[in-house]
Amino acid sequence: MAQSQPAYYVPPQSHWPIIAAAGLFFTLGGTAVLLHALQQESGGLFGQIMLLSGLLILAGMMIGWFASVIAETRQGLYSPKLDKSFRYGMSWFIFSEVMFFFAFFGTLFYIRVFAVPWLGGEGDKGLASMLWPQFNAAWPLLQAPNPEQFPPIREVINPWHVPLINTILLVTSSFTLWLAHKALKRSDRDRLKLWLGITIILGLGFLALQIMEYFEAYNELDLTLASGIYGATFFMLTGFHGAHVTIGSIILIVLMLRVMRGHFTPDKHFAFEAGAWYWHFVDVVWIFLFTTVYLI
Amino acid sequence: MSAHAETAHHGPASGISRWILTTNHKDIGTMYLVFSLLMLFVGGSMAFVIRAELFQPGLQMVMPEFFNQMTTMHGLIMVFGAVMPAFVGLANWQIPLMIGAPDMALPRLNNLSFWILPFAFAMLLSTLLMPGGAPDFGWTFYAPLSTTYAPPSVTFFIFAIHMMGISSILGAINVVVTIFNMRAPGMKLMDMPLFVWTWLITAFLLIAVMPVLAAVVTMMLMDVHFGTSFFNAAGGGDPVLFQHVFWFFAHPEVYIMVLPAFGVISQIVPTFARKPLFGYHSMVYATAAIAVMSFIVWAHHMFTVGMPLAGELFFMYTTMLIAVPTGVKVFNWISTMFRGSMTFETPMLFAIAFIVLFTIGGLSGLMLAIAPADFQYHDTYFVVAHFHYVLVPGSVFGIIAGVYYWLPKWCGKMYDEKLGQWHFWLSFIGVNLTFFPMHFVGLAGMPRRIPDYALQFADFNMITSIGAFLFGTTQLLFVYILIKTVRSGKPAEQLPWDGAQGLEWSVPTPAPYHTFSTPPVVGDK
Repeated sequence: MAQSQPAYYVPPQSHWPIIAAAGLFFTLGGTAVLLHALQQESGGLFGQIMLLSGLLILAGMMIGWFASVIAETRQGLYSPKLDKSFRYGMSWFIFSEVMFFFAFFGTLFYIRVFAVPWLGGEGDKGLASMLWPQFNAAWPLLQAPNPEQFPPIREVINPWHVPLINTILLVTSSFTLWLAHKALKRSDRDRLKLWLGITIILGLGFLALQIMEYFEAYNELDLTLASGIYGATFFMLTGFHGAHVTIGSIILIVLMLRVMRGHFTPDKHFAFEAGAWYWHFVDVVWIFLFTTVYLI
Repeated sequence: MSAHAETAHHGPASGISRWILTTNHKDIGTMYLVFSLLMLFVGGSMAFVIRAELFQPGLQMVMPEFFNQMTTMHGLIMVFGAVMPAFVGLANWQIPLMIGAPDMALPRLNNLSFWILPFAFAMLLSTLLMPGGAPDFGWTFYAPLSTTYAPPSVTFFIFAIHMMGISSILGAINVVVTIFNMRAPGMKLMDMPLFVWTWLITAFLLIAVMPVLAAVVTMMLMDVHFGTSFFNAAGGGDPVLFQHVFWFFAHPEVYIMVLPAFGVISQIVPTFARKPLFGYHSMVYATAAIAVMSFIVWAHHMFTVGMPLAGELFFMYTTMLIAVPTGVKVFNWISTMFRGSMTFETPMLFAIAFIVLFTIGGLSGLMLAIAPADFQYHDTYFVVAHFHYVLVPGSVFGIIAGVYYWLPKWCGKMYDEKLGQWHFWLSFIGVNLTFFPMHFVGLAGMPRRIPDYALQFADFNMITSIGAFLFGTTQLLFVYILIKTVRSGKPAEQLPWDGAQGLEWSVPTPAPYHTFSTPPVVGDK
């Protein structure tokens, strides 16, 4: 049984997983303690300390764990088969993210197609309209059935201003990232840095505009989390998308730092590809978001 | 070559660090199984409280508020703490052994998947000590019970669920990657043992629906703390939306809890019938069909919520269709046993009980699937009887059968067959005594999740409680058997079961710490 393939690398004992689990516990537990304290209107200092230490542990863990993986790959410990494991792993992780967004898009769909029309008295479930007879079902839903509890929205975001610019920014960034990947594959390091840099700037620009849009929504349009189901779905979808753009930007910045140090070869650069897949995924989510949240 | 130095064989580290820092699939599998057994007793003791309260009508032992906390925590702990981790433990031990892989594909991630769980359950169990008590809204945590009217500890519940979800997703990704990428050369997908197949499909379901659970608890969190109105009609939302999103997760979840048990049974039955599985291909396709259909049946849990008629009909028919692939499986197992040279060791006894009792649970499921009939059964003890029949003599018996079956290979010792038979018969009697009378009181209208009941249900409830105490206590015997086997069992043979097939039996007994560092070649004869 001659084995031509190199042995599959099974790492020795590692302390990163338990640190990760503890960091996750402190982060989420700290958030829970903090929210619980705010709800009870008692001091949130303990929760803040717990949350902050959790975040620090997680950040340190990420740096340490990824650094050891990078060191291992640069020592040549990873066989092509392990590379394939990483590829499968990342693809299935992105699939889980797709399902996470699917749940929120499904929620939006259910609210728009079923819940709000029924509240307005439509169909055989329209009896719900007895509760709030003056309620007018419409989308965008500016005024909730009970406007005292959920204050009305003055106006929704105009899709043809900031959201359109953001669409252009993100689609362009996917394109420039593709160019960066092409440059990497033909060992054109200067172009690689250029296109990757432009991608990062476009991503950060998107985030800046998104933050501005949130300020405008809160301060001028009265569009808030608490303004009924329109605000809830709007901020949930755009907020989680924005969080993903933030993570994606951090990934791209780390990739940039690694490129500057001369990492990645034209045929071995899984981390780069994984980051790119993630970025394209976030871009595709935005296309759906722009159409279903802002446009129609 | 440093690559060879790094992967050179080394035995387990000594002391506690072996378990905390390990990257070995066998260590991690053991930790999952032990953790699950621990949680079985934690959740089981809550069931004891429930059954003690229901032993007689009237309020006997606990306040209704605490009773609600017990039903909630019992469900959550059994689902997320006992059944799911047990299957991940079996997967960790068996999948690399059955496909000839040196370990799971991503060993450090594997360790992380496990170690999240103790933290998550520490968080969940800590709610019992909080002012206002633990979550009391049922394991299905319907809004607005879990939002507007929830105890303050709901926040901790939400984050504990998040952690369990992360653990499950990471574990499932590892399983999928291992199966796709780490099979021994020559082993095609259609050569894989059925346990591996069922786990592949289960892992796919996990990756697809655990994020949906994360989404629904996130929406709860937003409703509780940030003023949104996802599940509040006053803001344009809908409490029924909660049920739709929840069951979109939770219906595939019930198959997640039983498909690996199908896999275990499909390994055990051919071994002890000394015949190959009757229809390997139809078994694989049936499993896949069940998984696909699990995504389009969720609202059969919500027939009485006031869905449009078209919805009721759609979900009724799709649900009944699932009986077809499930029937294919049951007939497959029976046909495998037909004219086999059967022997009845403990794993086989549990497997046969699985087939019979799971079928009972499946048939009561078909009764519940009929929408007009469900209007009568909904939220009664009939439902409780149904899902306990598929979960206890279903999933749990499947797990126990798997443990008895593979234990000789794991620890190199044979369990005491006589005690195993005692364990089986006491469990079998206990489980039926517990759950069969629930059908009767349920059909007669006894509602679930209520600490008191009308006098005419008293006799059956007392029988149920006695059965539950019997079943629960019997599991202490299981622990005794396990400890006795590991400490002083008779050495097991290389092939402890003479009908057993598969790569896992080709390694020495007990399985060395590292197996298949060079992959075996299979397929070409």
